[in-house]
Amino acid sequence: MRITCPICGPRDRREFYYQGAAVAIERPAPDAGAEVWDDYLHNRDNPAGETRDLWYHESGCAAWIVVTRDTNTHEVMGAELADDAKAERP
Amino acid sequence: MIELTARTPFDGLLPIEAGALRLSEAAPARMTSLAPYRGRDKALSEALKAAHGMAFPAPNRATGREGARAVWFGQRMALLIGPEPDAGLTEFAALTDQSDAWAVARLEGEGAAEALARLAPLDLREGAFKRGHTARTELGHMHASLTRISGESWRIMVFRAFARTLAHEMREAMQSVAARAGV
Repeated sequence: MRITCPICGPRDRREFYYQGAAVAIERPAPDAGAEVWDDYLHNRDNPAGETRDLWYHESGCAAWIVVTRDTNTHEVMGAELADDAKAERP
Repeated sequence: MIELTARTPFDGLLPIEAGALRLSEAAPARMTSLAPYRGRDKALSEALKAAHGMAFPAPNRATGREGARAVWFGQRMALLIGPEPDAGLTEFAALTDQSDAWAVARLEGEGAAEALARLAPLDLREGAFKRGHTARTELGHMHASLTRISGESWRIMVFRAFARTLAHEMREAMQSVAARAGV
């Protein structure tokens, strides 16, 4: 499996560290309420299909990236810097 | 009073020779990481050019020459190798002295890329990884910085604490390449 780092280019999967679903960049407001915070902290989807994960380019440039991939086909559709992904949020 | 003796990271570990390959310790040099402040990347590159004669390197590239080199070192970071950093750079970037933090080796000889390819998951052939190219990558489970200085000459950097592991891993890789060279 190869992941195309937005900075370094295509690299072997072993250079990366997997963190989990890319919800960490969608931190709710402090006063969003207990239910929203509970959801953010504990509840994760387990999609069959497109999923977005946070990966850390640990042995490479040390950037956090959001990788979009398909859990059915194992296709990696793309990757962007977590910084950019966060900036794009409404 | 105890007399302490300064030791280089590879003291007693290098050089290693195998066939045409030779791994030796690079001469100790001043190394400073440059991390530009947000929005100051261009200004830092200009200041670097004026003070030390090289631009801030693009990702996966090194600029400068022997004695005064800037090696790309990660996301928005470069390592200035050689000169004492000009004080003017501090206006545009965070500077950190890294001189004693890294073990630096030089690998030379025919088949150098083949030896490194046994440890790093990269295409290191000359067509893909040319002189002046660099990479932060994995080298036998260690976080490393690899730079092709010239055709068959490489600069290898790992955290100082990994000096012995690097010497061991490289010896194995070099011997494997050398053993097959005659076949």
